[in-house]
Amino acid sequence: MSDYQNHEFDVIIIGAGGAGLRAAVEAQAMGLRTAVVCKSLLGKAHTVMAEGGMAAAMGNVYAEDNWKVHFRDTMRGGKLLNNYRMAELHAQEAPDRVRELEAWGALFDRTEDGLILQRDFGGHRYARLAHVGDRTGLELIRTMQQKAVADGMEVFMELKVLRLLHDADGTVSGLVGYWRPTGEFVVLKAKAVVLATGGVGKSWMYTSNSWESTGDGHAMALWAGADLIDMECIQFHPTGMVWPLSVRGILVTEGVRGDGGVLRNSDGKRFMFDYVPEMFRAETADSEDEADKWYDDHTAGRRPPELLPRDEVARSINSEVKAGRGSPHGGVFLDIATRRTAEDIRRRLPSMYHQFKELAGVDITAEAMEVGPTCHYIMGGVRVDADTTAATVPGLFAAGEVAGGMHGANRLGGNSLSDLLVFGRRAGIGAAEFAQGRTGDISLDEGQIQAAIDAAVAPFERESGENPYDIQQDLQETMQSLVGIIRNGSELEEALGKLEELEDRASNVSLKGGTKYNPGWNLATDLPSMLTVSRCTAMGALNRKESRGGQTRDDFPTADPEMGKVNFVERITDPSNAPVGVGGTPSVRSITSLPEPVPVMPDDLRALLEEAN
Amino acid sequence: MAEEIIRSDQSGEVTMRIWRGDEDGGEFAEYVMPAQEGEVVLDVIHRVQATEAPDLACRWNCKAGKCGSCSAEINGRPSLLCMTRMDTLPVGETVTVAPMRAFPVIRDLVTDVSYNYEVAKRIPPLSAREKTEDEVEAGGYRMAQIDVERSQEFRKCIECFLCQDVCHVVRDHEENKTAYAGPRFFIRSAELEMHPLDTNDRRQLLQEEQGLGKCNITKCCTEVCPEHIKITDNAIIPLKERVVDAKYDPVAWLGRKIKKRTKRTAEEAAAEAPSSGPAAVMPPGGVHGIPQPPADGTGIPVFASAPAAPTDLSSERPSDDAQA
Repeated sequence: MSDYQNHEFDVIIIGAGGAGLRAAVEAQAMGLRTAVVCKSLLGKAHTVMAEGGMAAAMGNVYAEDNWKVHFRDTMRGGKLLNNYRMAELHAQEAPDRVRELEAWGALFDRTEDGLILQRDFGGHRYARLAHVGDRTGLELIRTMQQKAVADGMEVFMELKVLRLLHDADGTVSGLVGYWRPTGEFVVLKAKAVVLATGGVGKSWMYTSNSWESTGDGHAMALWAGADLIDMECIQFHPTGMVWPLSVRGILVTEGVRGDGGVLRNSDGKRFMFDYVPEMFRAETADSEDEADKWYDDHTAGRRPPELLPRDEVARSINSEVKAGRGSPHGGVFLDIATRRTAEDIRRRLPSMYHQFKELAGVDITAEAMEVGPTCHYIMGGVRVDADTTAATVPGLFAAGEVAGGMHGANRLGGNSLSDLLVFGRRAGIGAAEFAQGRTGDISLDEGQIQAAIDAAVAPFERESGENPYDIQQDLQETMQSLVGIIRNGSELEEALGKLEELEDRASNVSLKGGTKYNPGWNLATDLPSMLTVSRCTAMGALNRKESRGGQTRDDFPTADPEMGKVNFVERITDPSNAPVGVGGTPSVRSITSLPEPVPVMPDDLRALLEEAN
Repeated sequence: MAEEIIRSDQSGEVTMRIWRGDEDGGEFAEYVMPAQEGEVVLDVIHRVQATEAPDLACRWNCKAGKCGSCSAEINGRPSLLCMTRMDTLPVGETVTVAPMRAFPVIRDLVTDVSYNYEVAKRIPPLSAREKTEDEVEAGGYRMAQIDVERSQEFRKCIECFLCQDVCHVVRDHEENKTAYAGPRFFIRSAELEMHPLDTNDRRQLLQEEQGLGKCNITKCCTEVCPEHIKITDNAIIPLKERVVDAKYDPVAWLGRKIKKRTKRTAEEAAAEAPSSGPAAVMPPGGVHGIPQPPADGTGIPVFASAPAAPTDLSSERPSDDAQA
């Protein structure tokens, strides 16, 4: 029997990014005993990396804008795979969430008449992104962090969650984890748990994501018996840094293109004009002249093709590089230097200026940046009820990147930060109401707790075995090369086989140095989630025999209308009796992936999609 | 189509001297790694972890200078590991990496920074003014760009705490931590004091509880700030002026007498500081010498008061923003 600390709350939120903090603030405001648990220090979550802004149809720059247009843009950007109700709620509620943030202290850039300024981004008909230069995510997280601190929120920092716990009837009732600074184990009991754990990008080699993005929430939900959807839909952001190699994948904000930057190949040609898909042809400029007029006045021309949704731009860059028209380090050129004054660039894009200057030795006011696609965001995630964010097992809720459905097959830039706030708040309410209605004592199963702890410390008991870093690297190479931006059936089959091998190897890692702040051990305890979500992505990608948004198959290069009517659902039917994989978690071999119908949109919403202008 | 994995060219070697240990002591360990083009110090540390020392403790998150996690001291200088390129350090010389000295070590390069989270709790938050009728109609506050820019500069802070680390008031005087907020939190107060919507007045707290007077403007904090925030010139000095003005400036005093009061007093503001619960729960034994939240749950500043200068600041004497 291992010792552990005990704490008890009404609502526990796992993750302290924008969604988690917003959920916590809401649950606490409703009078619930609330705590936030996070893997890093408070204020360091991946939200901090968001740059361009948060999309909300406030109409401060273009009065024509409203939620209906935002809804339409979101659904079209998502290639209609979205949960329409989530997209509807998001478009309707985002403006209030932005204004609320302002009342809590966020200082957005302003219009001439003093309102919140909004910037252009790909796939959004109107300038719609509230922003602070190119550090909007920092503004969001700091505002939420300061609000949480002001509200006296309890935050358990640097606490890694290993497993959700459930009571006898399967209702989620808490979690078991460990403090990273000391290695001590801890059990938190709760009437409701909100997952706000972010994404999965760390399983790819070139990613904009931090070490934290290991899909813990996705995997823990699956292990608890919940459904995941659309896990094959991974967004490769078109513009990551490509050089130097050590910074490959670090994000270059879409704001560069929103503010006038253009993509060029090695011939200096603005190649995006060659890649306008049929779905967007009517609203996209067909000459540089027309496109350039649009930046100052959206009625003077149609939008530039550089501002097509991210999936389109990423694939186009990929094609240019494959055709031998790339930049010296395997990307293309992103040029803002010849398009805007140095002063404008430094004012509008200060972080980008700083990032390229210090990391790549490139002055973006004088030279073009070299950029290429980088694994950025997972559209798929925990299947939730749109209004309450409830997952398909009782007591569990999910918001932000870990939740699926909102963005369909492809997310528009700027829709993530607003998603965090809209559904973070709804998750706080959903979990609080569930907790309020839950009666009776919660009994936790000591066996579940001890099994999780025993599995976590097992690597220290092996005399010999593999280094977890070697497994991580092989996983990243596998996902990058076989489950990357362009996929095909045989490579996906190969990936599934490799993931089984990696699972076997990960069950044999060996560690030294104790549990106190030991990154090797921390990684070993992240591997089960990384392998689980990677498996879901590869399975969904193999099953979705078409190309749509963040799923591109070179053996099925077009969208199939029939496939557009289903979500692939990953689940483990009976997790407690499933074969055991890494760290005592259900084996990746026990995951199934099956098609189920996409929720059918009511006619009044469907009509909005067809309104062209 | 399988994507090709690109690998770095290697050229020569780098020698890293990295501090290993915990609160009971430790020593520098040497690691020799192949050199790779364009790397930052954090890349080399990651390669040490992946090969020779998987248990080498080091915080990091974004690896792009945006989260402020990987603070340490490189060749003695407080720096972000992710923004310090290896090719900016003397070629061929050993690179020494040590944890931040002002904070207790947890393990290796990881320090206990909970002092900062405790200070953060004691700063009265923003208290936004009511919207005007026009603003209610427009749907949001109106603020001029030029007015938000002053506070925006301070809101660039990524909370790396390098300024706190380098500040000699706490770097060599652990005992001062109970009565000193430090540069990071002076800019937080400055941000709020200059925030166009704020109605709180934190000047008395700054003077009496947060040790603003202890800063003797050596500008070390400004020098190490990776966001290039002019901490001393744009935040600390103006705050010092405001505090002094509030006490001694007869014009400001007269202004306060005749001008409509727009800011609330320090006491009213303090009442808005977080009222319960630790903002950051740390494991038992993980917190060393950190001022603890008040047992009575008031959450009102518990910094041991700095020697109180004679002051006539009181709730009867409304403050103002005449000098703002």
